[in-house]
Amino acid sequence: MHRFANPGRFLRMTDRLLPACGVLTALCLGIGFYLALFVSPPDYQQGETVRIMYVHVPAAWMALFVYATIALAAASLLIWRHPLAAIVARVSAPLGAGFTALALATGSLWGKPMWGTWWVWDARLTSVLILLFLYLGLIALQNAFENPERGQKAAALLALVGAVNLPIIKFSVDWWNTLHQPASVTRLGVPAIHSSMLWPLLIMAAGFTLYFLTLLMLRVKSEILAARIRALKQAATARD
Amino acid sequence: MSGFLRIAGRDLQLAYRARGEALLAVAFFLLVAALFPLALGPEPRLLTRIAPGILWVAALFAVLLSLDRIFLADREDGSLDLLYLAPLPLEAVVLAKILAHWLSSGLPLVVCGPLIALLYDLPAAAYPVLLAALLLGTPALSAVGAVGAALTLGARRGGILLPLLVLPLYIPVLIFGVAAIDASLLGLSPRPQLLLLAAFALASLPLATVAGAAALRQALE
Amino acid sequence: MLDFLDMGGYAAFVWPCFGLAILLLGGFAAVSILRLRARQRELAALQAGRERQAP
Repeated sequence: MHRFANPGRFLRMTDRLLPACGVLTALCLGIGFYLALFVSPPDYQQGETVRIMYVHVPAAWMALFVYATIALAAASLLIWRHPLAAIVARVSAPLGAGFTALALATGSLWGKPMWGTWWVWDARLTSVLILLFLYLGLIALQNAFENPERGQKAAALLALVGAVNLPIIKFSVDWWNTLHQPASVTRLGVPAIHSSMLWPLLIMAAGFTLYFLTLLMLRVKSEILAARIRALKQAATARD
Repeated sequence: MSGFLRIAGRDLQLAYRARGEALLAVAFFLLVAALFPLALGPEPRLLTRIAPGILWVAALFAVLLSLDRIFLADREDGSLDLLYLAPLPLEAVVLAKILAHWLSSGLPLVVCGPLIALLYDLPAAAYPVLLAALLLGTPALSAVGAVGAALTLGARRGGILLPLLVLPLYIPVLIFGVAAIDASLLGLSPRPQLLLLAAFALASLPLATVAGAAALRQALE
Repeated sequence: MLDFLDMGGYAAFVWPCFGLAILLLGGFAAVSILRLRARQRELAALQAGRERQAP
């Protein structure tokens, strides 16, 4: 990881990897969508709505995965002062928020035909909603300071505080849910997973993950270029 | 140790001199609690059922109001820089301030809790549990709140940003604080919930001390 | 074909989900790629300008 602290070396690596990753992502997502929509069977209980699972579950997984990435980058920034860590955290946050919002929207669309309401306070949806608030807090804090470095360091600390709290929040919400959940409401369930459903799910999850990693490399590269542009402009005005 | 006590004492003194402000927070607590019967109707069974939840949400809001007091005044008059340069470790400063905040803002809420329980016609058996839950829950609120206050020190729109950051982190205390009182209303033992609240308090203090000091360093460097 | 589009009567729920997913994935990718291209162009222009200035 520290080998890539040098932006130049990082850029050379991404230039080699990006085209391949992009193709792999498109392939994985394409196959995943195809399997999800055309090949996988409808569920015995939930009918065709079970196809929503192939979007909802990977989106929820990514919401957590991206947060873990941000927490790792935050630790890198604060403990080892890794120069690219701040950029990784900054460009990942909107992606994570997007996945979280997608998980919530698809969860809502899945719940309406199943339970008759657009929102249900079940454990998973509630935890994902709180995760969205954590993401929004990160993005807001990042942008709340005149000095962008201060914003990034503050957001990094918040990400770590949030990471410590996430298991506690999840535990609390799960416990709260068992207390209040009426017995008739079944869990917005991944049904007893059969291989004809497991493979599309895993491929979609892999596709989403590859997508995130590809876009992450692309966006970090973009930020490094932006920093170079700023530096060149400053040098130009200093000369004139 | 004496430095620690002196900082806590100083904060308490300042809080006492500004005791109007502390009373404002208490007044806000009561006002929020009074809004809900106006909104939902005065039917006693409903009120008793929702009382624990409303009490805790109102307490969260009241604590939020008082949080920027922890560091802001010191930052504005320069004493925060002095504390940073002083030999006392910044962690001790943060812990002292958390303690002072709890004593000056958390305890008044604990004392007012029974008053609100009265308004909501909570049965007598719930009162001791209410007091215990508030007593055990409010330190964590001060601790986590202090971290939020340090993180948003000097931020644009810090006033509205602080609740957004801190409220999600308050959710575990909210859930178990309400559950403790609910348990006693149902005739069950509130011990597990109260023990969890105590665990949150004990765990949050050292973590908040470390995180708060780190956040302060970011603000001061 | 129509049966497939109808999704067992759940069309109004299933298709928006996949639509939102594609919108999100495509949207982020498009914005990121366009921004990268713009920056690459700007960087090239600045560097060309510098080379012209340096004798």
